[in-house]
Amino acid sequence: MDILNWIDKRLPVVTFVKEHLKDYQTPKNLNYLWNLGSIAGIMLVVMIISGIFLAMHYTPHVDHAFASVEHIMRDVNGGWLMRYVHMNGASMFFIVVYLHIFRGLYFGSYKEPRQLLWIMGVFILFAMMATAFMGYVLPWGQMSFWGATVITNLFSVFPGGESIVQWLWGGFSVDNPTLNRFFVLHYLLPFITVALVIIHLVCLHQFGSNNPKGIDVDKKNGKDTIPFHPYYTIKDFFGLGVFFFIYAFFVFYAPNFFGEPDNYIQANPLVTPPHIVPEWYFLPFYAILRSIPDKLGGVLAMVGSIAVLFIVPWLDRHPVRSARYRPWFKVLYWPFIINLFVLGYVGAKPPEGIYLYIGQFATLYYFVHFFVILPLLNKYEPVLALPKGI
Amino acid sequence: MMTYMAAVLLGLSVLTLQAEQDYIDPVPEVSWSFDGWNGTFKRDQLQRGFQVYKEVCSSCHGIKLLRFRELEAIGFTAPQVKALAASYDINDGPNLEGDMFVRKGLPSDVIPGPYKNDNQAKSVNNGAVPPDLSLIVKARKGGANYVKALLTGYMNPPVGITLRETEHYNRYFPDHKIAMAPPFVADDQVTYTDGTNATISQMAEDVTAFLAFVAEPEMEDRKRAGFETLLYLAFMTLLFYFTKRKIWKDVK
Repeated sequence: MDILNWIDKRLPVVTFVKEHLKDYQTPKNLNYLWNLGSIAGIMLVVMIISGIFLAMHYTPHVDHAFASVEHIMRDVNGGWLMRYVHMNGASMFFIVVYLHIFRGLYFGSYKEPRQLLWIMGVFILFAMMATAFMGYVLPWGQMSFWGATVITNLFSVFPGGESIVQWLWGGFSVDNPTLNRFFVLHYLLPFITVALVIIHLVCLHQFGSNNPKGIDVDKKNGKDTIPFHPYYTIKDFFGLGVFFFIYAFFVFYAPNFFGEPDNYIQANPLVTPPHIVPEWYFLPFYAILRSIPDKLGGVLAMVGSIAVLFIVPWLDRHPVRSARYRPWFKVLYWPFIINLFVLGYVGAKPPEGIYLYIGQFATLYYFVHFFVILPLLNKYEPVLALPKGI
Repeated sequence: MMTYMAAVLLGLSVLTLQAEQDYIDPVPEVSWSFDGWNGTFKRDQLQRGFQVYKEVCSSCHGIKLLRFRELEAIGFTAPQVKALAASYDINDGPNLEGDMFVRKGLPSDVIPGPYKNDNQAKSVNNGAVPPDLSLIVKARKGGANYVKALLTGYMNPPVGITLRETEHYNRYFPDHKIAMAPPFVADDQVTYTDGTNATISQMAEDVTAFLAFVAEPEMEDRKRAGFETLLYLAFMTLLFYFTKRKIWKDVK
């Protein structure tokens, strides 16, 4: 132990672990939705590790990318496992992060004093989305290529857009330079995400976790809180086990469930697939993009639909955090969530006929929730008395 | 709340049904030996399927992701594979003098496709390259069921539909007009050595099973590893659960 003390005096790792992983005071009433944060952190690690192994065998070149992915699937020992872990990991990561966000929205985790914690989280979401988008391009299948073409072309709506798009591509269409830089950025961004996650955690530990009752806890008298270890370490392990069971089911028994069959056809710039659809986790935002008849308006609405999360702490200024003690918000929360599923469904359909109208209505409702319903609730929703302790 | 959600889901599923139906004929379900959590490939069926591929499909389609030696996984012996490979001529080179040369195939060679290059493929197929079949089962919605249905889905066009000379009518192809000629025109088009009756449906099913193997050669390993992984995770998760209960029992 002398060696540990010697090190700790100069580099306080032991103290850090003790303060932030062991004795760290945590509200004792956290339900299983509070497992999602740690699961998301583990998923980031799983994605980085599996991704590093894949990168050792992958070739970012338009003539070889598709074949190198099949080389990983067929010739590299355990390659199919790494690829399916990584591919399904993206979907599982998004499921976890979306649930994590839904939990924050329901229990008011973004409110005073946790606004910056929430904002760092939105930055993480943006970084994840960029990473996932570029990762999907790497196998160089039909959806990779055409998805990249559609999304990069969105930048053409801005003034001088044509030159922005060519700058992004590194040429006059999605081609080898595009694939190459997407690979580089896809490798880089996860490490930036790690940095963002660390900042997210620093913000979290400043005031500690919110809780299902949404009330401030008294960390001094010890009635409301318990030390993180062993209570939440073991609870997180259990939740992680359940999560990995579901994850493994997809990896081993339905590895292409979340994918598009078209992506097993090598990219061909001369053949456009009948329906270009993004991965499922982008579908609600894709629906918003296509619901606006104006191209610039569509792009702004799509970016705005995610960026609006940045200002949620100021749109919802109701003094009560948890929906449990907000009789109106508790009800109005669910149409918002269902509306997201409707948007996702519409995003997977061709933008014509009835789907166009459903999509436009759902887009309108999405923004109405943030810009009309939340501010009105600030003003009119009754403020109930909150419980005194946990 | 639940009623509301149920109503929305029901509405969406009705819309889905309508949208799918006017798009494509529903593909019949086949009971494949490789379905399910412990499904495996039937070696004899895959060998028959390879025979169908070799004698019928390979005149237009390649399976460039497969090497001869990988056929050992479907029950061919090493000498059989060696002999099979040797029956192909492979262009190789340049040799030390700088010349290209032709040699007998080796088990480590990729199974050669029917064309020297895409331009040759286009020139004899009205300008289109017949797709490589290595991943076809994974690359089509409906997978193996769709591939078998397509192979057997040729019929005379309904009244009012006219086809160009290069087109054929197939009830399962997205707009029904397909360039590929019917691969099977009569029963016993191939002669199976194991006595299986080579009906059109049987040949289609065998070659589809073979192509399912080519698309996912790792499938049996994957499912076996999956079973072990899930068993391990279930056991560990139960241990975590009981440990959690014990640790938390004093928290009020």
